[in-house]
Amino acid sequence: MTSNSNLSNMRRLVEQLKLEASVERIKVTERLVSQAAAELQQYCLQNAAKDALLVGVPTGSNPFREPRSCAVV
Amino acid sequence: MNPKMACQGLQKGETLATLKKECESLKKKLEEDRGKLNDVELHQVAEKVEVVGALSIKTRRVLKGHTNKVLCMDWCKDKRRLVSSSQDGKVIVWDGFTLNKEHGMSMPTTWVMACAYAPSGCAVACGGLDNKCSVIPLSLDSNENCAAKKKTVAMHTNYISGCTFTNSDMQLLSCSGDGTSALWDVESGQLLQSFHGHTSDILSLDLAPSETGNTFVTGGCDKKANVWDMRSGQNIQSFECHESDINCVKYYPSGDAFASASDDATCRFFDLRADREVAVFQKDSIVFGASTVDFSLSGRLLFAGYNDYTINVWDVLKGTRISMMFGHENRVSRVRLSPDGTALCSASWDNTLRIWA
Repeated sequence: MTSNSNLSNMRRLVEQLKLEASVERIKVTERLVSQAAAELQQYCLQNAAKDALLVGVPTGSNPFREPRSCAVV
Repeated sequence: MNPKMACQGLQKGETLATLKKECESLKKKLEEDRGKLNDVELHQVAEKVEVVGALSIKTRRVLKGHTNKVLCMDWCKDKRRLVSSSQDGKVIVWDGFTLNKEHGMSMPTTWVMACAYAPSGCAVACGGLDNKCSVIPLSLDSNENCAAKKKTVAMHTNYISGCTFTNSDMQLLSCSGDGTSALWDVESGQLLQSFHGHTSDILSLDLAPSETGNTFVTGGCDKKANVWDMRSGQNIQSFECHESDINCVKYYPSGDAFASASDDATCRFFDLRADREVAVFQKDSIVFGASTVDFSLSGRLLFAGYNDYTINVWDVLKGTRISMMFGHENRVSRVRLSPDGTALCSASWDNTLRIWA
């Protein structure tokens, strides 16, 4: 009896591993970390000029940096 | 089980031995493939990128008014207004330029742990120890009592830890100490979808930038960061790398990655397509938990607020710390970039908020 349940367990395990292997295969063909990292880097560099906190902006164009006028309450 | 039944489904020639062999070869292949995905780290790819120059970020505004810890804040799309919520039970809407308090609302319980501004700018949502997330329309008449118009939308069985409107004022996403997150119709209060999978409190959620579709990420006390499909309710990806509670999760501006802040004193960076952690932001000298993170507009900078009262600025590509922002006199509970990236707002247990630019 135990050898039969071992067999069906083993079968189940093989099926699960086959599923995982096919998923991994898809991931590998789609993306490597080096490729994903290169795209993250590209996004950063492409948008760097617009990033006010990174590069700073010309005086006057950042409203928070402008001196505030005092209001009499 | 009768032996004949057990043999059904077995293919010709299959025995325990052949299946075992197939198992071993599949396991080996899996390991090989997983190894290939891990070929190089982000900071190695970014070796040739220029270092970030000195940043000139300073405190430009200090928002005083709460009488206890400020737990959460959110910017309005108009880039000047913000909403904050506090342990004092109050929700305040501020004009960030003038420091004018435009609305002040009292909630029925203390510890309002979550608040969010509606995309239209005409309402705010908030929730906390009352286990509910309510939406409050903001009146143009400052004399009108906004809190009276409060409408309960989300109902959980434990505290609300985070909330956000989706792409319109019509739907609200909430996450809770009850371990679930949920999508609600604001008008009817109807539950549209619930998301199950976390095995402990959820502490944070973030919606993917609209271009990348209908997903969101959550992080919590089970040390897991989970990515969800809003329509199907399915948990599509899960990351378990932190060694303690995840206090905050935030998408990278392109939507292809997200960062997390944890009680384990590290912040981590996960790429969704490579399906793995690609950077860890840590230093031996940083021993206090990180409670909040947000990216700068280009995604190059990661601002992280810590329980040691500081905000560390990390270079996302190189994995190094660029600078520290000092000023708060107690834990930093939340940092949020303004909608156009020109300023960062921080909320703290020192009862104040600061705007840095």
